[in-house]
Amino acid sequence: MNMKNNTETIHTLSVYVANKPGVLARVAQVFARRGYNIDSLVVSPSMDGRYSRMTIAAKGSLAGLDQIIQQVSKLVDVIHCTDHAFDSAVVKELALIKVAVSTNERTEALQVCEHFDAKTVDLTETSMIVMVTGGSEKVDACTGMLKKFNVVELVRTGKVVMARGGDTT
Amino acid sequence: MSSKPMTGAEALIKCLENEGVEYIFGLSGGAALPIYDALVDSRIKLILVRHEQGASHMADGYARATGKPGVVLVTSGPGATNTITGLMTAHMDSIPMIVITGQTISSMLGKDAFQEADVYDLSMPVVKHSYLVKSTTDIPRLIREAFHITSTGRPGPVLIDVPKDFSAGPFEGDLYPEMDLPGYKPEDRQINKDDALAIAEAINKSRRPVLLVGHGALIAGAQNAIMQLAEKIKAPVVTTLLGKGAFPESHPLSLGMLGMHGTAYANKAVAECDLIMSIGSRFDDRIIGKPDMFCHNATRIHIDIDPSEFGRMIPCHHYCQGDAREVTETLLDHVAQLNTTEWLSTLEKYKKRYPLTYKQRGGLKMQCILDELNNMLGGKGIVATDVGQHQMWAAQFIRSEKPNTWLSSGGAGTMGYGFPAAIGAQFGRPQEQVWAIVGDGGFQMTMCELATASINHLPVKVIVMNNRYLGMVRQWQELFFDDRKSGVDLEGSPDFAKLAECYAPALGLTLKRSADIGKMLKRAMDYNDGPVVINAMVEKTDNVFPMIPAGAPLEEMLIKEPRKNTKLEKPTGST
Ligand SMILES: Cc1cc2nc3c(=O)[nH]c(=O)nc-3n(C[C@H](O)[C@H](O)[C@H](O)COP(=O)(O)OP(=O)(O)OC[C@H]3O[C@@H](n4cnc5c(N)ncnc54)[C@H](O)[C@@H]3O)c2cc1C
Ligand SMILES: Cc1ncc(C[n+]2csc(CCOP(=O)(O)OP(=O)(O)O)c2C)c(N)n1
Ligand SMILES: [Mg+2]
Repeated sequence: MNMKNNTETIHTLSVYVANKPGVLARVAQVFARRGYNIDSLVVSPSMDGRYSRMTIAAKGSLAGLDQIIQQVSKLVDVIHCTDHAFDSAVVKELALIKVAVSTNERTEALQVCEHFDAKTVDLTETSMIVMVTGGSEKVDACTGMLKKFNVVELVRTGKVVMARGGDTT
Repeated sequence: MSSKPMTGAEALIKCLENEGVEYIFGLSGGAALPIYDALVDSRIKLILVRHEQGASHMADGYARATGKPGVVLVTSGPGATNTITGLMTAHMDSIPMIVITGQTISSMLGKDAFQEADVYDLSMPVVKHSYLVKSTTDIPRLIREAFHITSTGRPGPVLIDVPKDFSAGPFEGDLYPEMDLPGYKPEDRQINKDDALAIAEAINKSRRPVLLVGHGALIAGAQNAIMQLAEKIKAPVVTTLLGKGAFPESHPLSLGMLGMHGTAYANKAVAECDLIMSIGSRFDDRIIGKPDMFCHNATRIHIDIDPSEFGRMIPCHHYCQGDAREVTETLLDHVAQLNTTEWLSTLEKYKKRYPLTYKQRGGLKMQCILDELNNMLGGKGIVATDVGQHQMWAAQFIRSEKPNTWLSSGGAGTMGYGFPAAIGAQFGRPQEQVWAIVGDGGFQMTMCELATASINHLPVKVIVMNNRYLGMVRQWQELFFDDRKSGVDLEGSPDFAKLAECYAPALGLTLKRSADIGKMLKRAMDYNDGPVVINAMVEKTDNVFPMIPAGAPLEEMLIKEPRKNTKLEKPTGST
């Protein structure tokens, strides 16, 4: 609503939807029409199988965001849509990083893993897969440190978010 | 009835009957065959059209004239895609409508099967909601949900795509199932009393209020409440193109339509008011001109059922989410009688100084025809328009007095809308006189429906405002592109009166002289065996004023034709 807020920021929206066909396409369309880029998207069934949870991280101006939330909320199959940019919420993601490391680099690589509380989930003579979880900054930092070795592949889940304490997401 | 089990198609038609559907507009084909077959035994009347776009506008016109959803039934592929323009037209203007499309059998979906169009996805941006049927058993629930969704909250079209194996297959299950719409709760929204009180307080401080009444007021049936409010606070009323009819235009407080081609006094009132309250309008870019200049010194209030409209075009000081009628009624209890005598007398001066006029000399003028038609109608009848210059002059000169008597494509501006919409309206309200005001360009997009009107003996009266140009576009080229005409000359159009005669019992008339207007309109009014087409040979190059160039502030309104060779900036607004 505020026309001055035009700087681009990343927002994490949580969308609670009825598990109906087409709902993902409809939600995605709202973002695309308003010129938002979706950075990551996680869809998973909720405790109650009739509903799903979408966590969407998207980049765009704050001014447009209000509109997007309203337009997503009014979709027939959307129960509610909330922005978790500012309130206190747990935001986590997971990355798998495949690093090609020779035997003599391995110790150093494992030190990096240890620092970030990351796990090696696969190990061969020439490579290892590192699994790191946490906030996006932590995942970024870990990936950054591992870049000094030869990163062969990187897969990130995208953010999932949950409201803290008694609040519901 | 035989004892053989019901098919999905029969269940579907039964459900439509239960929803009170009187008419289905459509055209068949392979994928819709089972449903058309089921229609044979139904009391629902099938109106066979000549093009599916026509069917969609007929359903739209039916809906605008009756307030009930219009229903369309077409086949898959091209039949389905031909309704997309109609869906978009209805979607932009919040019209309740159900479009049922046949589809290839479910096992062939996604294989580019014969006449398979992914209409579910194609239509997604132009529907309120849509369904791809996944089992025969689901059909009754989806129909129920579709009718509920299309007509509640902010109305809008709903599409139901029915694979042929489900319409042809045996139906088992409940014909009256519960809806399953956990995310859809339009009726839950209570008016926030504090919002209403804050608005009332703002109104009570105003000396120069304006009520901006839009289509949402008609959807809500708020006309009586608005009348009471306007009279209590003695505020002038302007309406949008789609709000025409929500407040009688003959009322002393009415200033007519505002916006790009609105009356000068309506736009002046909006530019000079100290408070503007929108009741069910969405502040379209054709009324606000330059967004940050629009009423920038006034208190701006927005009442709408759809909160996603709030702040979309312009920021307001107060918002109140809710049904236009309920909110207006709530406000009535909290507003004081205002003293607006000075304000009203200023506006009265504007009305006198800048009336809607046209030159009495020269050739046949659209304005003159419309002015006379307006006098003869005396506030009665239904008027549908197409899109272009004739539409704007009709908006100016046809005074709408009652709800649901003005049908025009606003948000989409769909040429080809007017005539089929009038047909739909005539089906819905057989006792009313229905007029279609169309251009020579737009009429040619859907005039094949003359057959539909004729075989059904519909006495729809069509005036083709024949200026031999795509007039509205030519006007922009003249004003903003040095009169360099590009693709606007309609040379080669048929003689529309003769054309009509080919569709007996249609009647074709030719109007050439201003002196014959009354006589010709009278003949059309008296002919009731079928449609009438008046081919009105109007002046070729007249222009519509007042005009606010797109994107310019209301203050820069051109009240009349600028002097020849005045150089105008190209408009900065969208269109
Ligand atoms: C050639 C051309 C020229 C045009 N020039 C003009 C012009 O000069 N002036 C003009 O006004 N228009 C003009 N238009 C039309 C314009 O583009 C818009 O379509 C029109 O202004 C929209 O009117 P509206 O907001 O009242 O209706 P809609 O667009 O139908 O919006 C209705 C609003 O009411 C809300 N609503 C729905 N139900 C309810 C309810 N129960 N309670 C409360 N709110 C509800 C909806 O959420 C929505 O916000 C022109 C169009 C064309 C094609
Ligand atoms: C389907 C469609 N195509 C193009 C346009 C753009 N357009 C708007 S008004 C207009 C001219 C309409 O000409 P006509 O029907 O003769 O009416 P006139 O303006 O001459 O009264 C055009 C081409 C449109 N609104 N709809
Ligand atoms: Mg024309």
